Amino acid sequence: MAKTLMKGNEAIAVAAMMGGLDAYFGYPITPQNEVSEYLAKHLLPNGKVFLQAESEVAAINMVYGAAAAGKRVMTSSSSPGIALKQEGISYIAAAELPCVIVSVMRGGPGLGGIQPSQSDYYQATRGGGNGDYQVIVFAPETIQETIDTLKEAFDIADYYRNPVMVLVDGLIGQMMESVDLEKQSKKRFLPNKDWAVSGTKNHPGRNIVNSLFLDPQQLENHNIHLQEKYQLIKKNETKTEVFGIDDADYVIVAYGTMARICRSAIEILEEKGIHVGMIRPISLWPYPKAIFTEINPYCKGILCTEMSMGQMLDDVLIANNGRLPVGFYGRTGGMVPDPEEVVEAILNFSNRVVR
Amino acid sequence: MEIKYQKTKGLTETPLSYCPGCTHGIIHKLVAESLEELGLLDEAIGVASVGCSVFSYQFFNCDMIQAPHGRACAEATGLKRVLPQNTVFTYQGDGDLASIGIAETIHAANRGENITVIFINNAIYGMTGGQMAPTTLPGQKTTTSPEGRNTLIQGYPIKISEIFSQIEGVAYLERVSATDPKQVLRAKKAIKKAFSYQKEKRGFTLIEVLSSCPVNWGMTPINALKWIKDTMTQIYPLGVFKDKGEDHV
Repeated sequence: MAKTLMKGNEAIAVAAMMGGLDAYFGYPITPQNEVSEYLAKHLLPNGKVFLQAESEVAAINMVYGAAAAGKRVMTSSSSPGIALKQEGISYIAAAELPCVIVSVMRGGPGLGGIQPSQSDYYQATRGGGNGDYQVIVFAPETIQETIDTLKEAFDIADYYRNPVMVLVDGLIGQMMESVDLEKQSKKRFLPNKDWAVSGTKNHPGRNIVNSLFLDPQQLENHNIHLQEKYQLIKKNETKTEVFGIDDADYVIVAYGTMARICRSAIEILEEKGIHVGMIRPISLWPYPKAIFTEINPYCKGILCTEMSMGQMLDDVLIANNGRLPVGFYGRTGGMVPDPEEVVEAILNFSNRVVR
Repeated sequence: MEIKYQKTKGLTETPLSYCPGCTHGIIHKLVAESLEELGLLDEAIGVASVGCSVFSYQFFNCDMIQAPHGRACAEATGLKRVLPQNTVFTYQGDGDLASIGIAETIHAANRGENITVIFINNAIYGMTGGQMAPTTLPGQKTTTSPEGRNTLIQGYPIKISEIFSQIEGVAYLERVSATDPKQVLRAKKAIKKAFSYQKEKRGFTLIEVLSSCPVNWGMTPINALKWIKDTMTQIYPLGVFKDKGEDHV
């Protein structure tokens, strides 16, 4: 297949269109503006909808409206912008609407900075909206993987009627890599969207998209239904890359940009005679917890590395369940660690142990 | 026997949840009748908001979605952009539209979104038990302005129709009430006109309806209607604020 050199944010836009994007709603924020700029140029001439909203809040609610009509809808933003969308995300999850949300992380908290960061792991996997809801979160490592993930994200969102977030950081958004756009994604059987609103002349009965259940029993039933769906998602959509954990001296856990850095660190350590395996969660929710039990019992420790002060670390600790020593190494605020720093953290693992 | 009058097909059989003496019910009927008479019921999609009319998705006999507080015009924008042939309307109270949702509303208007907004102004937060609204009148007592709204402390009632009349994207804008048969007929004419304009793709239409809240105003239903006529219309005069008319087809 022909390869093209492409910038991450642009690739996100191209892949979304290949994934069947009908409508995009967004608000300008660095470092993801190329996503909306590309779509502004290409959606309207293709008979699709592009609209720059007046706010992040309005953008996610426009997504809600267009998703309720059964269309393939996306918004993209970065950390403080995703914070503003949380209310809408809770409603979309509650009303069981499919949509794709791209989050290109930058340093926080507050206005923070505009350099790459992974400090919105909690925001993505735990969310800030109200209630017991889950967003399916994928964190690709390369631009190719970002493209493949995004194309599939629309199918996954439609299949489960649930928001899917593609979580990258500013580095993946801004860098260029050689990619193959034609790579085929897994084909899924997708049910008809007979729940969508389109006017009663287009379907039997009335369709209502709603998240209000004033009767507590009805609301509990709705929650139980959502949890059953989340269990199914855990079973079917947990995605991870693993290598070397059956005979590793240490295991590194990292996702996205941090995983790229750790690959180099692992090579350097190999030359030093230290064998390090890796768990790279691709789905952050559902989190690949089960794989941690397969780490060999003689492993001296698990190093969780993040471009944050330690957020995925919680999931690592839960997954490890006290079995092996867990350490942490992180940089934040837009500081991207060198592989040497990770090497150093493994060499001095005992100083890194958190539990 | 010839049927002279019957219940509109635009409303479901679900009993309305509104308090006695509240004019939400009349306004619901006018919206539903308008959609039915214009033949738009089977293509209409309504957006329910948060407030007393939160259950309007159970009452209007068409496809409905329920929006977060204040965001109805954003939902309506998303809907209308992907379904331009459908009739899309929101039904919002003053807390929803004029307070927490003013940004979504004003920008939808400014973009000339081809939607119809039914704006119920009863100068109070009804659903939550009678708190001060942005539309509360000076001196009006509410649970959060117990001494009466003091403009020096709480500012002034916000005049949506006056503000929105300055916005280019607005095609039709009228303030009506439902205090007596004459006003009810006027209100229906306005609502019908707004939906017709939407069908003709003329732009954003908004009908502000002054509505009564006897329970939270502490009045009898009759006195509440009288208060709208005598007092509310002093601050919120009725009439057409904008009509792009024939020149904007």
